Amino acid sequence: MKAKFLIPLVVFIILVGFLAVGLQLKPSEVPSPLIGKPAPAFTLPTLADPKKTFSPSDFKGKVWLFNVWASWCVACKEEHPVLMNLAKQNRVAIVGLDYKDPRDAALTFLQRGGDPYLFSVVDQNGRVGIDYGVYGVPETFLIDREGVIRYKHIGPVTPRVLEEKILPLVAVLSKP
Amino acid sequence: MRQHGLPLILAFLCSVGFAQTNPKEAAPLAQDTIVEKRLNEISEEMRCLVCQNESLAGSRSELALDLRREIRTLIKEGKSNQEIRDFMVSRYGDFVLYRPPVKSTTLLLWIGPFVLMVGGFFALMVALKRRRKNRPTTTLSVADIQKAETLLRGEKQ
Repeated sequence: MKAKFLIPLVVFIILVGFLAVGLQLKPSEVPSPLIGKPAPAFTLPTLADPKKTFSPSDFKGKVWLFNVWASWCVACKEEHPVLMNLAKQNRVAIVGLDYKDPRDAALTFLQRGGDPYLFSVVDQNGRVGIDYGVYGVPETFLIDREGVIRYKHIGPVTPRVLEEKILPLVAVLSKP
Repeated sequence: MRQHGLPLILAFLCSVGFAQTNPKEAAPLAQDTIVEKRLNEISEEMRCLVCQNESLAGSRSELALDLRREIRTLIKEGKSNQEIRDFMVSRYGDFVLYRPPVKSTTLLLWIGPFVLMVGGFFALMVALKRRRKNRPTTTLSVADIQKAETLLRGEKQ
């Protein structure tokens, strides 16, 4: 065994490999057990008109994005222009879930940055957020025609995530 | 008297200030000690999703407050600990549990350390055996032994 002195080197390289992979992982992104399951039901008032309500079952037959946001959420400000841009393209309906947010603040937020949502519903006490496993705003769910959650994105939606993950999936799910 | 007045007023204002700024921390504590005890038992075993190294019982994040409130409600509805655990897992995944369940995906996690231990034990046995075999068997002559003894006694030759 002449190559015995190489063993520590090999072990070291393997270790570096593991660490390199570990550095790429994001432990803050917890995989959702809801993917592939029906979107939890709820009935919530809309932000624009609290007398009107919305349930996910109203959107049976549609592919839509369900975006959890709040005016107090810093990352939502970063995400907002991306959603505005997506709304202009008219490729997928975006419904907002205004999470634990005073109504005035939410309305001001949409007035300032524009409103990318078809409409937003208000989750005042965060109860619906719990059903959706929301633990950090913003979060975005892609829901198919059957009302099944197909994808969840944690953190701000970026143009890259849209192009690489969300929009291709929307295209597949929207096929007749 | 005048000198004592100001600190007293300040102390009073401080206490009022605390009462007003921290209404959340003075939340309904121990309304029902049995419920609170069970809540603690359950939430000690769960991870807070926001600050992942804290338990749900210990975290002060907004979400942890909401989740504890939710668990409290479930307890009052008469749900068992297992039902409450299932409630949390169905929403947040196994990640909320500090003790992951034994499944095909977590098998390595559970038995990995034992495999390593057994492997290490075998490696040790093999190494010991090899060392015993390779130990040089030199026999010392009488002269050698005498030489060694004088050396040990510290005498000069």
